[in-house]
Amino acid sequence: MVNAGDPRMIKDQVLAEQVFYVNRALLKQYADASGDQNPIHQDEAFAKSVGLPDVIAHGMLTMALVGKYVSDIAGGSAKVLEFGGRFTKPVIVPAGQEVDLTVSATVTEVADGKATLSLSATSAGVKVLGMAKAVIEL
Amino acid sequence: MISPDSIGRTFPGTESITISQSEIDAFCAVVGETNTTIAPPTFSIRISLQQSEVILTSPEVGIKWDRLVHGDQKFDIKRPLKAGDVVTCSSTIESAREVAGNEIISVRSDISTADELLVSSWSTLVIRA
Repeated sequence: MVNAGDPRMIKDQVLAEQVFYVNRALLKQYADASGDQNPIHQDEAFAKSVGLPDVIAHGMLTMALVGKYVSDIAGGSAKVLEFGGRFTKPVIVPAGQEVDLTVSATVTEVADGKATLSLSATSAGVKVLGMAKAVIEL
Repeated sequence: MISPDSIGRTFPGTESITISQSEIDAFCAVVGETNTTIAPPTFSIRISLQQSEVILTSPEVGIKWDRLVHGDQKFDIKRPLKAGDVVTCSSTIESAREVAGNEIISVRSDISTADELLVSSWSTLVIRA
């Protein structure tokens, strides 16, 4: 396998999966770091009162973690040129549990010193980001 | 309902924001990023969503923020933010449509210094009926 950041990155190459773990403490930490204190990400009773199954992670926390995966592949945040995705399902974070966020990528294009990655992100086997894509500088 | 006059308009940032090292450090800590000399790829959401909230909830635009769900998000990073950058963040309401009673609004945020665009980002926001 070609290593992350290797200029030999080639089309259709599948990049190594990385698993992040998300718990309630991380949600609180992200709320403080991002300024998004929406109670659906911290307060179980509130989350259930608005019809959610439990506390859910901030969609942007999911994207921040996938962004770390992309940064690592690129060989640093400075090489991440574009990054985006759609929030398809929430990451559900029950009290006292660590839930997975499993991220992987396939190289879809290599041209002009850049690589385009198609990203996959799942939690408990459910796809949480759709049409997720990044462009990195090689 | 969004004011129809606001669709297609660009609203200038309401304040000048100085990026601090401590806020970059806090964001890096969440994701386990050890290089804190530049902001991680999604850091700018901290600025853009806050600015969008101020602009979109103004009486002129009329969005109800408490009914909002984030649909998708994209970043185009010209140059990563770093501590000491003094920026403003404009919001452009690129489109708005209604689907099954929900309003779907696409907002572009441009974060710039006095002479350089640093990050453009696009947020699709769903305001539930």
